[in-house]
Amino acid sequence: MERVKLENVKKSYDKQTEVLRDINVEIEPGEFFVLVGPSGCGKSTMLRVIAGLEEISAGSLIFGEEIVNDIHPSKRGITMVFQNYALYPHMTVAENIGFGLQVKKLGKQLRKEKIEEVAAMLGLSDYLSRKPRQLSGGQRQRVALARAIVNEQPICLMDEPLSNLDAKLRAHMRSELRRLQKKLGFTMIYVTHDQVEAMTMGDRMMILDKGIAQQIGSPMDIYNYPENTFVATFIGSPPMNLKKAIVQAGAPAIRLSSTITLSVEAELLEKLPDSVIFGIRPEHLVQPVEGSKIYKAPVVNVALLGNETLISLDLDGEEWICKWGGQWHYKVGQSLEFSINEEEVCLFDPETEKIIQKGMKG
Amino acid sequence: MKLWKRTVNVRVGLLYLLPSIILFGLFVFYPMAKTIYLSFFLTNQNGLPVYFNGLENYTFIFSSDEFRNSMKATLLFVVYTVPVSVLIALIMAILANEKLKGVGFYRTIFSSTMGISVAASAVVWLFLFHPSVGAFNNILKTVDLPAVQWLLDPDWALLSVSLTTIWMNIGFNFLVILGGLQNIDESLYESATIDGAGYFTKLRRITIPLLSPTLFFIITISLINAFQSFGQIDILTKGGPIQSTNLVVYSIYKEAFVNYQFGTASAQAIVLFGVVLIVTILQFKFGERKVHYQ
Repeated sequence: MERVKLENVKKSYDKQTEVLRDINVEIEPGEFFVLVGPSGCGKSTMLRVIAGLEEISAGSLIFGEEIVNDIHPSKRGITMVFQNYALYPHMTVAENIGFGLQVKKLGKQLRKEKIEEVAAMLGLSDYLSRKPRQLSGGQRQRVALARAIVNEQPICLMDEPLSNLDAKLRAHMRSELRRLQKKLGFTMIYVTHDQVEAMTMGDRMMILDKGIAQQIGSPMDIYNYPENTFVATFIGSPPMNLKKAIVQAGAPAIRLSSTITLSVEAELLEKLPDSVIFGIRPEHLVQPVEGSKIYKAPVVNVALLGNETLISLDLDGEEWICKWGGQWHYKVGQSLEFSINEEEVCLFDPETEKIIQKGMKG
Repeated sequence: MKLWKRTVNVRVGLLYLLPSIILFGLFVFYPMAKTIYLSFFLTNQNGLPVYFNGLENYTFIFSSDEFRNSMKATLLFVVYTVPVSVLIALIMAILANEKLKGVGFYRTIFSSTMGISVAASAVVWLFLFHPSVGAFNNILKTVDLPAVQWLLDPDWALLSVSLTTIWMNIGFNFLVILGGLQNIDESLYESATIDGAGYFTKLRRITIPLLSPTLFFIITISLINAFQSFGQIDILTKGGPIQSTNLVVYSIYKEAFVNYQFGTASAQAIVLFGVVLIVTILQFKFGERKVHYQ
């Protein structure tokens, strides 16, 4: 088991634009680590850098105590599952799974045993003599998984392995992958653009945007304490409601819209600039609570999902969404009464977009 | 009326096929039927059948040394040209498929022979082969080797013509094989790299099997083309010296348009057709087993 460490890693293809800018992270042995971000953020590049398929422009990649920048991919102790699975179309499932073992010149008998063991683990025993084209998407995905597992390397890299599966199978494979990783105990570095995958699978995750690590932490920490507005809107569905608000030093209060003003304690006021970006997750715009302040805003849209209702509100031209459990039949144009769960408010600096304060208490 | 309605699909289908039916009929099916017909006749100088003599033309050509010699030359020509031109094109395509600087320039150069007509390239090679001022003999002279009568020596002529043909075929073969190589998913190689496969393992276990449909296609086309070579023979050697490069198609041409023996020429053409057909069938039967279609 080895710790994977990236120190000031930079990657540039044309020596001008940097795809990865100064990445620093330590991935613990046996950890399920998720890289998540919008497309083009550099997450796949980072995975390929770790795999050794791309060279590092600056910085160092450390496995255990050893700098592996110039070590060949096959000597790094990794396996990789590709987005399109990269199965060899002319080989049977068994040959596909055993390719790596064969290249490593493992004996025929031992190879057969290992292939069968892994195939049994993933429910592929009946398909060993088939070609990839005779398999369904889910089965192909399992073959790719089997091929990674059979090599018994301490680190497994996966590049959006579930993105080609349908929604139901994807949900199933999510938990199965997670179970498998815990059982076999390898370190998983997993790339996805799907925040649900990231939230449900990862022990920790790293959010990347424009080649910069925006935040690293456990899914719940990131959800509850986003470091900036990008993370706040990227994680969570529907995303966190954001709106620029004016800080009124005299009152003292934060003026969110023409009708909504929240009072602020003096202690908090000291930390705030003239204006802030006010953020609140949809589930924290709650039904009116007795004893707390009640606000009103016109309804612009209602989406009934059965178990919950997404109500869109108009706040001086900006749309906010609140998520209420159950079914709520509001009409467009009606005025909705709600309370704000003040403990969950996030206040961001409008310049740097970094968080200043979580909760309205100083 | 009922029949008219029932056959509407057939009639529409035929209408769509009509352009090809006309073209193929005019330039392939009719000439072929006519050739078969003529191969059973003796003809006059205008090519008109005058006397039906059954299989006489066939027994004549099979007993003629000249035809047997030209069949032998053709088979040798095929053996010389097809494997070598496919192999060279394959090696060049593998090289040109690497991600190297300026590889686009080499790709253009390597495929350039495709853009040169058979006649033009044959004329160029005619100069290269020239006994006294040709480039080849000048090179031999500079390294103190005796000059070779490339196109005039019966032992060399077929090899020289084959060399020209290999050069001419490489462009097309290269381009098709390169296309096949670029169709192979890069991630297969990356996955194999992570597994520790070296360059030649990847070549043998991934590239060649996945290229097999392309190679099969190119070999089939090359075989058929080699059997039908004519232009370079006509310009370089005219079948000589001493019949050594008298390939079947050239022999057919001479028999028909120089000797005005349309009957025996047609019989030769039918025999050639049979040989190409058999070779192609055999190739599909035995070669295609090793092909992995995706």
